Amino acid sequence: MNNIIKKFLPQILAILFVVLIFGFLTINAQTNMDNRGIDFGFGFLSQESSFDVQFSLIEYSGSDSYARAFLVGLLNTLLVSFISIIFCTILGVIIGVARLSSNYLIKNSAAWYVEFFRNIPLLLQIFFWYYAALRALPLPEKANAWFGVTYMTVKGYYIPSMVWENLNVFLYCGLAAIISIIVLRNYANNLRDTKGKQIPVFLYSIAILIVLPLLSFLFGGVSLEFELPQLKKLSKISYIYEGGISLPPELIALVLALSLYTSTFVAECVRAGIEGVSKGQKEAAASVGLTPNQVLKLVIMPQALRIIIPPTTNQYLNLTKNSSLAAAIAYPDLVLVFAGTALMQTGKAIEIVSITMLTYLTISLTIAAIMNWYNKKIEIKEK
Amino acid sequence: MFKLVKQLTSFVAMFAVLFAFSTETMAAKKSKTLENTKKRGFVRCGVSQGLPGFSNADESGNWTGIDVDVCRAVAAATLGDATKVKFTPLSAKERFTALTSGEIDILSRNTTWTLSRDADIGLTFVGVNFYDGQGFMVRKGSGIKSTSEFKNGTSVCTNLGTTTELNMRDFFDSRGISYEPVVFEKADEVVAAYDAGRCDTYTTDKSGLAAQRTKLSAPDDHVVLPETISKEPLGPVVRQGDSVWEDIVRWSLNTMIEAEEYGVNSSNADMMKTSNNPAIKRLVGAEGELGAAFGLDNDWNLRIIKQVGNYGESYKRNIADTGILPDRGPNELWTKGGILYVPPAR
Repeated sequence: MNNIIKKFLPQILAILFVVLIFGFLTINAQTNMDNRGIDFGFGFLSQESSFDVQFSLIEYSGSDSYARAFLVGLLNTLLVSFISIIFCTILGVIIGVARLSSNYLIKNSAAWYVEFFRNIPLLLQIFFWYYAALRALPLPEKANAWFGVTYMTVKGYYIPSMVWENLNVFLYCGLAAIISIIVLRNYANNLRDTKGKQIPVFLYSIAILIVLPLLSFLFGGVSLEFELPQLKKLSKISYIYEGGISLPPELIALVLALSLYTSTFVAECVRAGIEGVSKGQKEAAASVGLTPNQVLKLVIMPQALRIIIPPTTNQYLNLTKNSSLAAAIAYPDLVLVFAGTALMQTGKAIEIVSITMLTYLTISLTIAAIMNWYNKKIEIKEK
Repeated sequence: MFKLVKQLTSFVAMFAVLFAFSTETMAAKKSKTLENTKKRGFVRCGVSQGLPGFSNADESGNWTGIDVDVCRAVAAATLGDATKVKFTPLSAKERFTALTSGEIDILSRNTTWTLSRDADIGLTFVGVNFYDGQGFMVRKGSGIKSTSEFKNGTSVCTNLGTTTELNMRDFFDSRGISYEPVVFEKADEVVAAYDAGRCDTYTTDKSGLAAQRTKLSAPDDHVVLPETISKEPLGPVVRQGDSVWEDIVRWSLNTMIEAEEYGVNSSNADMMKTSNNPAIKRLVGAEGELGAAFGLDNDWNLRIIKQVGNYGESYKRNIADTGILPDRGPNELWTKGGILYVPPAR
C-alpha cells in the first residue's frame, strides 16, 4: 500500500499542479479582462477587416473578413517557407557534398560559407538583403531586362505571366506522363529482377515528360501566351511595370536570407550523414563492380539519408518558424497581417495570439509528420 | 514518508507564492495605480520609439516631446518631481497590450482617439494633446501637387497597427485607385524603405510626416501634400477601471492647457499665487482644495506648471523651436482661433 502511494501520489500531485496552474492562469486572465471590460470571443473573425494587404495568393480586399485576412497571411507564410525549404535543401546538399570534396578550394570555400552564414543572426541577414538590395537595385525605368523579359527593380521582380488556353488538356497530359513513368519504372524493375536486363529508365522518363505535353500543344488545342510587364508612368519621376507577375522585394529578400541561413545547417546534416556511412561500405560496393555513381545512389545515399532526415526536419521546422521575422521587412505573413494589423484593429490579443500559436504548431506538426513518414519509408526494413 | 512530506510542503509553498502574486492583480481597487506609483517612486509611461517633437530620446537617454511632457506633468502632480518617469518605448503594435497588461500606467504615444479603441479594448482616452490629420509625403520631383494625381499601382509605405492603415484603404477605395500597401512595424524602417525608393508615397499623421522628413537623406527633396484625409485627435490613454488615475492624467493635461489660457507659465507661476483672479489662484493651488479629489496635495497643479510649463511652452520647446511645425494651426487656444478648449478647473 505504502509503495503504491509512494509510486503514484507524486505523479497525481504533479498532474494536479499543472492543471491548477493552467486553471489559475485562465481564471486570472478572465478576471482581469472582465475588470477592464474586454470581451473574449471569436466573433470578430467574421467581421469586415477594412484593411488591405500588399501581396496575396487569393482574392482579398478590405471588405473581406478577418478570417480571410488570416488565410491570406497563412498562405503567404506557407509560400515563403515552401520556396525557402526547396532552395535551402538544394543549396545545403551541394554545400554539404562540397565540404567533403578532395579539392582544397571547393572544400574550404564551402566551410567558409557555412561558418559565415550560420554565425550571423538571421534578423540581421534579412535586414541586409532587404536594405542592401533596395539601395542597390535600379528604379523601374532604369532597370535592364534580365533574360530579355524580366526586370529586377527596387519595387520588385517583374516576370511575364502565363495566359493558357485549354490548360486542363495540358494538365491531363502531364498526369498521363507521370502515370506512364511509374508504370515504366515498375516494368524496368521487374525486368532487372527476373532477367537481369537493365534499361535507361531515367532517359526514357525525361523523354515521356517532354513528348506527352508537347503533343497536347500540337494536337490538343493547348496554347500558351506570355503577358509581358510593361512600363507605366505614375508621375514625372516614378514608374511601375504593369502586366505580368510582380514578386515583391520583401519576398525575395526573405527567401534569400532564410535559404542561405538554413542551407548551412542542412549542409552540416548532409556532411554528417555521408561521413556517418562507414568507409567499408563504399569499398565493398566498389569491389563488386558498381560504378561510382551507383555506389553513391544505391549504397551510400540510402544509408546516409537515415542519418540526414531527422536533423534536417528540425531545420525545416526552424525555417518555418523563423519566417515570422518577415514582419520586420513588411512581408505580409501570418504574423504581420494577423498577429499585427488584425490584432491592432480588433484588440483581441489573447484570441489572435492563441490562434497564431496554434497555427504555427499545426504547420510544424504537419511538416514533422511528413518527414517522419519519409523517414519510416527509407529506414532499414527488418524482416 | 519523510520525503513525501517534503515534496508536499514544496508544492504548498509554490502555491502560496503564486496566490500571493495573484491577489494584487485580481482585486480592482480604487486608484490602485496611484498607490503603486507612489510606492514605486516613478510613473510608468509608454512612448514612441522615437518621433521628434512628440517623444524622442537624445544620445544620453533624455526623453523630450509633448507626449513626454504629459507623463512628466503626472509625475510632478503625483510624486512632486517631473523627472521621476520611466519611459518604455513601444511600437504601434505593442502599445495597447503593454497598457492593458499593466506594464505601463499611461500611454502617451501619439495615439488616435477612436470609438472602437475607447469602447472595445479596455482603454480610456483622457483628452487630446494634439489635433492631427493624415497626409501624404511625395518626392518633389514627381510633380505631384495633390492626392487627386495618384494613379493605379501607387505603392504606399506606412506603419503597422495604426488608424493610418484603415484611412488609407478608405481613401484609395473610395476613389477606385488600386495601390500597394507596404507596411512596416517600426517608423525608422518605413523611412528607410521610402528613402530607398521602395514607395512612391509615405503616409502617416501630418505631424509625423513633418518629423520623419527630417530623418530622410535629403529632406528638401520631399514635400507633404496639402490634403488631410482624416481626423486624428492624439492623446494620452489609461487602462479602464481606475477612474481616479484617469482623472489625475486628464486634469494634469488640462492644467497645462488652462495655464496657457490664463497666461500662467513656469517662470511666473509662484507670483500668480497673489493674483486677483480666483481662476488663476485655483490653478496654482492658492485657493480651493482641487487636489483632494484625487488624493493629492493642493500644490499638484502648481508643480506641473513650474516643472513642466504650460501647453504653449511645451509646444514651443518641442515642436515649434525644433522646426517641425512652427505654425500651431488647430492646436492654438480657442481664444486665439484654434480648437484647444478644456473644461474649467474648479
